[in-house]
Amino acid sequence: MSLRFRRFWVTERSLAPLLLAGLAAALLAGVAIGPFPLSLRQIGAVLGGGGEVQATTVLWNIRLPRVFAAAMVGAALAAAGATYQTAFRNPLVSPDILGVSAGAGFGAVLGILLGLPVLMIQLTGFVTGLATVALVLGLALSLRGGGQVLVMVLCGIAVGALAGAGISLVKLMADPEQQLPAITFWLMGSLAGAKRADVAAALPAIVAGLLPLVLLRWRIGLLALGDDEAKSLGVEATRLRLLIIACATLMTSAAVSMAGVVGWIGLMVPHMARLLTGPRFDRLLPAAALIGAGFMVLVDTAARSIAQMEVPLGILTAVLGAPVFVWLLARGSRGWAE
Amino acid sequence: MRHFPLTALKGAILAALTALPALAFDGRTVTDATGREVQVPANPARVLAAGPPASTLLYVLKPEAMVGWVRAPREADLPFLRPEAAALPELGQLTGKGDTLNLEVLLTATPEVIVDYGTVNDTYKDLAVRVQDQSGLPYVLIDGGFAVLPQSIRQMGDVLAVPERAETLAAYAESALAETDALLAGIPEDQRPSVYLARGPEGLETATKGSINAEIIERVGGRNVAEEGTGNLATVSPEQVQAWAPDVIITIDRDFAANVGTMPEWQGIPAVANGRVYLAPAAPFGFIDRPPSVNRLIGLKWLAHKLYPDHAKGDLRADVAGFYDLFYGVTLDEPALSALLGD
Repeated sequence: MSLRFRRFWVTERSLAPLLLAGLAAALLAGVAIGPFPLSLRQIGAVLGGGGEVQATTVLWNIRLPRVFAAAMVGAALAAAGATYQTAFRNPLVSPDILGVSAGAGFGAVLGILLGLPVLMIQLTGFVTGLATVALVLGLALSLRGGGQVLVMVLCGIAVGALAGAGISLVKLMADPEQQLPAITFWLMGSLAGAKRADVAAALPAIVAGLLPLVLLRWRIGLLALGDDEAKSLGVEATRLRLLIIACATLMTSAAVSMAGVVGWIGLMVPHMARLLTGPRFDRLLPAAALIGAGFMVLVDTAARSIAQMEVPLGILTAVLGAPVFVWLLARGSRGWAE
Repeated sequence: MRHFPLTALKGAILAALTALPALAFDGRTVTDATGREVQVPANPARVLAAGPPASTLLYVLKPEAMVGWVRAPREADLPFLRPEAAALPELGQLTGKGDTLNLEVLLTATPEVIVDYGTVNDTYKDLAVRVQDQSGLPYVLIDGGFAVLPQSIRQMGDVLAVPERAETLAAYAESALAETDALLAGIPEDQRPSVYLARGPEGLETATKGSINAEIIERVGGRNVAEEGTGNLATVSPEQVQAWAPDVIITIDRDFAANVGTMPEWQGIPAVANGRVYLAPAAPFGFIDRPPSVNRLIGLKWLAHKLYPDHAKGDLRADVAGFYDLFYGVTLDEPALSALLGD
């Protein structure tokens, strides 16, 4: 990748404070804006331990868990996307390339079809998401040329298609009046039902996935040089790639099982981050996570505020994200060619 | 010589095709809600319902003519249905979202006429024409609106050749609607509660004002808090429900009804604080919708008792028992009644 690609308008030193300030602003907006009218004074009172009963309920039980969940999901998806793109040395890769979204989606809609409790639906989604990627990796490793990126991606496409067929079958079997709307909405992504218990359930998985990536960020960056070069620098490429795929999958599966299938973040945010930081993974990872968190909080704030009815996140991420993405592409186009 | 058998075959097929409708037709002509003139048998003995609302209407009018269900009754519905009808096979759905009924399966069930009951628009009109052309079976579409319910019952009774039965049920419908109007006349607008219709295990799906799924709430004078929105069903955030602060919550989800008291994000809402969250009975057909058909007539009375406990007249339990006897052909004992109403 070309060096021209780097930093087309932000200097290296100012980047971190800028991103942190952006995230803080997004979080503030997320906490302050919502369909239930709360003034800043009321919010201050509640956060200070006082405030009216209903304001306390809205803020502590509904809005804060949701803002936190959005930040978590955004950071997880963006970090996973950046990781996958680096691991596969392919800018078109998103976290669901190995079928994790389709797998988690299948498990979750099956849970909806069976009428399971909400936490069980999320757990089923989480487990099937992981199982799908495990199946893909198992297949890829046992096939000829095992462990090759191309074989892996093709296996992911095949298994993902199977999971997609399973989703269609579940939709067909679902009660069109009660279950089908819930399934459709889930597949478009939403944090409308996010509560503290959900955050508590997903947080460990996301931290467990993110931590090794942060610790191994230097080595992961070497993968971008190609397997042979990485090897000559002492990095066992195939094994490292499997490990970070596992980590990224863990995060994605946790995010998807909580928020449903939210497209675009995992593909787009890493590119936005790369245009600011350049391709170095140790700088890309934190930038992608911060941008992802902030972007998701803003999108989710819009999802609950622009109408009385929830707007599915998948729609908003595409509508807001696609133009930004194209604009960035135009600005950075010269750097895109290798 | 080589082409002769082919010509003969073509001739035979043509003759058979032209003879088919002629053989089937020894009946009369009815005009359906789309304005199409449809030729139906004098006394149809095998009738297929295109969707769940039609299925329910067919069941209450002429259960012996049903060839199957659109969706098979659930285990919990069986005690509330005539045993011979409950055992009929599931055939699938012809209208609405997702056609699950194959035309060949349809023909295997050998119906003489297809009836549909529900929304009348170009899509459904087209579907009627298309299915009728393809299957050669008469397809009658009847308006499913709440306001025209008595007329629609009579119209369907006419198609099915059960006019007396239809008249009895239509008279019940007229009196139920009149009773509701009389009740509402005595309740000023400002004493009518705001209502949130909760669906789904989290209670976050709702049906917006004007949608067929929530129509009954407005009919009983309830103010549906979900006023915006174009679609029938929508998802909302708990925060939005807090902002709406509904006086009453009606739900069709058993889990939600059981858990709402302990779900932190629902606390402080007037309906929850005052214990006015009501689970609509659902067997064999729902009281609110599911399907939006004649089953909603008893929902009118049930809702009147829940929304206006001080004004509603009559004994709800007796009314429900009477309705199940008249419409569904089942006699409910006290335990069954209690189980149904959740008392």
